[in-house]
Amino acid sequence: MANVPEDLHYSKDHEWVRVEGDQAIIGITDYAQNSLGDVVYVELPKTGEDFAANEPFGSVESVKAVSEVFTPVAGSVVTINESLADEPEKVNTAPYGEGWMIRLKMANPGDVDSLLTAAEYEDFTKAESE
Amino acid sequence: MGGRMVDFGGWDMPVQYPAGTIEEHLRTRTHAGLFDVSHMGEIDVRGNDAIAFVNRLTSNDVTKLVDGQAQYSALTTEKGTVIDDLLVYRLSADHLLLVVNASTTDKDWEWIRSHHAGEAVELKNVSSNYCQLALQGPDAIAILQKLTDVPLSEIKYYHFTTGTVDGVDSIVSRTGYTGEDGFEVYAAPEHAEQLWSKFLDTGNFGAADGVLPCGLAARNTLRLEAGMALYGNDVDDTTTLYEANLGWICKLDKGDFIGREVLAQQKAEGVKRRLVGFEVTDRGIARDHQDVVIIDQRVGQVTSGSPAPYLKKNIGLAYVPTEYANVGQEIQIDVRGRLVRAQLVKTPFYKRAK
Repeated sequence: MANVPEDLHYSKDHEWVRVEGDQAIIGITDYAQNSLGDVVYVELPKTGEDFAANEPFGSVESVKAVSEVFTPVAGSVVTINESLADEPEKVNTAPYGEGWMIRLKMANPGDVDSLLTAAEYEDFTKAESE
Repeated sequence: MGGRMVDFGGWDMPVQYPAGTIEEHLRTRTHAGLFDVSHMGEIDVRGNDAIAFVNRLTSNDVTKLVDGQAQYSALTTEKGTVIDDLLVYRLSADHLLLVVNASTTDKDWEWIRSHHAGEAVELKNVSSNYCQLALQGPDAIAILQKLTDVPLSEIKYYHFTTGTVDGVDSIVSRTGYTGEDGFEVYAAPEHAEQLWSKFLDTGNFGAADGVLPCGLAARNTLRLEAGMALYGNDVDDTTTLYEANLGWICKLDKGDFIGREVLAQQKAEGVKRRLVGFEVTDRGIARDHQDVVIIDQRVGQVTSGSPAPYLKKNIGLAYVPTEYANVGQEIQIDVRGRLVRAQLVKTPFYKRAK
């Protein structure tokens, strides 16, 4: 059973958002990292880059495949998780903690309202795996 | 068993098991990995002309085999390009078994049948008569020995024998696709589950140093590290043996075989492009089909690109023009729009300690 923390917002592309004031921290969910398998490489944007909601901001690679990651909310990159360059496996071991990917200053804090709650995301993943 | 299943040429196969590709790969190099490779095809060739027939259709010299010996070879076209790579097993002077790739079994069977030109041979596609399990790694021999009276240490590399494994009639072959010591066991398909379970049990599946079942992803990273070609990627019907670095299985002196003329010419004149190994030196992972760039020119493509879990590098194989096909040559690879630097290296990337 994948872990789905209550206090986060979720997208149908399996990203999570943690809101801190007008900033959003983004990563991929436990369900996503489990589907991917061992993460061997993470491609992240540069600070200052701007993204619209649902735009790809980078990619996550397993041994076999490359997957794009999308930001559920619009904003400008404040910081990225540099430690993923040397320790991409953190995405597997701590997807909601040390495996976080980018921190954005949100362009529209209201963007999170259209995201899924933990319960909705859990239902969504159950339906996907059937 | 928790395998993540995908369709592979019509076969339902696991990409990885719960341990994950990296662990499966490392465990095979340090202890043992178990692979269900029953999807491979087998073609039986029997008769007085068995050796002559197969020798005409393949590039390696079948006449050099003794009973109980196998050789890596290729089915070639008139142009010296490759229909499939395969193993030729000599069971006796009038009985050969060809073991071919899963995705090309039907093609190979048609090719072989249609090239039967009156030789005294009986041909049979016996793929559905065999399951095949590969037990690979330094611990493979100890695990398998517990299940058979066949004295495994007496089977030399690329040799095989028949015997019983866990009471099941089998061909036990000291071959594999990982670069490790190990065995491939062929048996009647109704025994596959029994053998699979027995290998896992005897190999201590579940222990930190026990055997792990391995999926297609680990199978690919293991063979790539060991510098072994994958048909369809590194070699196909547009690549000749000399281009593909397979001159060593091309025995021009053995007599006539399909494609010999073109191959002899290539040997004499050289080839325009060659399959080479590279190591990525920048951050990034090179993937299949990405362009190779040398001095701003797109000159070739990656045929196999992947992380190498044991070497902890990102490696691959690619075709480049012969003038650049030298160890140390710097190249770039177009990784989804970003030019990533790499360097040509000797293959195999990994060689097991003797």
